[in-house]
Amino acid sequence: MAEAKAKFGAPAKVPAWVNLGLIPFINLLAAFFISGLVILIIGDNPLKALEVLIYGAFGYPEAIGYTLYYTTNFIFTGLAVAIAFHCGLFNIGAEGQAFISGLGVGLAALYLDFLPFWMVIPIAILAAALFGAIWAYVPGYLQAKRGSHVVITTIMFNFIAFSIMNYTLVEILISKEAGGSPETREFAENTWLALAPDFTGMADSPLNFSFIIALALSVAFYYFVWHTRWGYEIRVVGQNETAAKYAGISPARNIILAMTISGALAGFVAVNELLGVHHKVIMEFTGGFGFVGIAVALMGRNHPVGIFMAALLFGAIYQGGTELAFEMQSINKEMVIVIQGLIILFSGALEHMFRPKIESFFRRAATAKAVEA
Amino acid sequence: METFELTVLLLDATFRVATPLVLVALAGLFSERAGVVDIGLEGKMLGAAFAAAAAATTFGSAWVGLCAGIMTSLALSSLHAYACVTHKGNQVVSGMAINIVVAGLTPTLGFAWFKLGGRTPALNGDARFSSITLPFAEAVRDIPIIGYIYAELISGHNIIVYIAAAAVPIVAYVLYRTRFGLRVRAVGENPHAVDTAGISVNTLRYQALAVTGFLCGIAGTYLSTAHGAGFIRDMTAGKGYLALAALIFGKWKPVPTLFACLLFAFTDALQARLQGVDLPIVGVIPVQFIQALPYILTVLLLAGFVGKANPPKAIGEPYIKER
Repeated sequence: MAEAKAKFGAPAKVPAWVNLGLIPFINLLAAFFISGLVILIIGDNPLKALEVLIYGAFGYPEAIGYTLYYTTNFIFTGLAVAIAFHCGLFNIGAEGQAFISGLGVGLAALYLDFLPFWMVIPIAILAAALFGAIWAYVPGYLQAKRGSHVVITTIMFNFIAFSIMNYTLVEILISKEAGGSPETREFAENTWLALAPDFTGMADSPLNFSFIIALALSVAFYYFVWHTRWGYEIRVVGQNETAAKYAGISPARNIILAMTISGALAGFVAVNELLGVHHKVIMEFTGGFGFVGIAVALMGRNHPVGIFMAALLFGAIYQGGTELAFEMQSINKEMVIVIQGLIILFSGALEHMFRPKIESFFRRAATAKAVEA
Repeated sequence: METFELTVLLLDATFRVATPLVLVALAGLFSERAGVVDIGLEGKMLGAAFAAAAAATTFGSAWVGLCAGIMTSLALSSLHAYACVTHKGNQVVSGMAINIVVAGLTPTLGFAWFKLGGRTPALNGDARFSSITLPFAEAVRDIPIIGYIYAELISGHNIIVYIAAAAVPIVAYVLYRTRFGLRVRAVGENPHAVDTAGISVNTLRYQALAVTGFLCGIAGTYLSTAHGAGFIRDMTAGKGYLALAALIFGKWKPVPTLFACLLFAFTDALQARLQGVDLPIVGVIPVQFIQALPYILTVLLLAGFVGKANPPKAIGEPYIKER
């Protein structure tokens, strides 16, 4: 018992599967439970809704294609939010960064389409990353050098991004064929990203080459954060700024770096949406993916594997939810937003609600075992 | 005379736009001065707008709507407090979650209950707050300038506009001249000191957030039952964030916040007038630029290029009692 007492106050030693599996699962369960109550209130059967949702997300090849296409967006924004989290920053502006990246993609695809596809596509992708990076660099710089809080600045930058895009699409890049709606002309075909090949059965879905990019970036993210000096410095700043300074690591430099990378990652949403699917710049193509990225990063514990699984979950909810709106009378597509919000609530804001109880349960179990032995 | 009348009309529009901003910014003031970041203002306002419209159309009374709006906003505010104060969760995440849940829940419930694609039925008669003509407004209208200002600008708004106007001095009084206000300010600057004095930090923050919920509820009700006639999805359209910007622009103080709200509302009213008008020297000012102006100004202020904004010191940090 003396041993157990000495450990009091020390970080909870619970098995990894509890921390990474059980606790997120219980939070998820709570979110689904409340969602079920909402469905019950509006007079439908929650279990049938769940069945429709799962079938809609994974039931047939095309559905899987759609699910993976949404997953792609969530991987990008999840990674974007996660890299900022590693540096102790809250990037709530992935939405705006992704939106501005659409301008980069659009300019490259509209004005450089005389180039062969193997030149114009990489340029457009780089432009997306660059525009997103610039849009996140400014809040990063203001946080690092002028002390303005990055949460507020990125919120403001979301609105400013919206205004800029609104102006460019309405006044400058608008196409005459669009009949007055603010969108550009269609990109030339050599700028389109390849869709999923026929043998997968997903060729009719919007799943495209961006999915491969997302997986590659996930691997690169892992390598960068845990196996490079830059990633190490970012994490030290995120853990303890004073310690970082003492070790000769510049917090300002790393804050700016983390935000810039974050913006670049968020920018890839524009690649998936514009080069992959819409083939023109439109308003609101970001569809809230940037905000959901926060939930993805939180659930995925800022690790690429976790982010992939969380992104898949949200992708499935998105696609399955669309099906839900078709299949069930009293449910419309906004139900998906409710589920998302509840997941953010339980796995983010209320993460300390179940955790202490679960942890102390496992601690007690471990102590009991030690005493018996 | 024409420019004078135009100015009065412009200011009249400014008051209408500023009302929800003022109420929500003052709501945020309580929360943030108590040390709790609240980006969930938008969601609370939207939730209140829906509840108010739904209750007003069901019971045929705007006052029942107001009660429902306030109750809903209070409930959401308590949820925020439960997550951030009781469970020491991340305040930004909690606010975000509330915004997203409400953005989804309001059209979902509206769709299921009213079968109008997420809207509520149009309100009229007693179900809506109508404009009030102040005493003697018609009698003094013909008096040049002062009479006209009284009749057009001061008179003829609905009750919530006057509530918002009264809220500013009341909030300033509560914040600076009462024990509760002193404690709220203290808990946002140095919660340890408050705790040492034997006052519960958690209780105080719950109270402050209750005030936040109350004011957001009034603001939401204004949108759906006074300014508009019914709820439409996403009807807050970023006003919660704009109020947050105004709060920062007003440096977390009631009177400067009021002026920030009026300034932002004025740019909004002006933008409607300036649409496509060719001005001398500058030419046509893009609407989008005027729309983005409040946000740009706030960023510049935060960066210290226009004055300096000092947020409450303990803002954003959950209070953990030392052992």
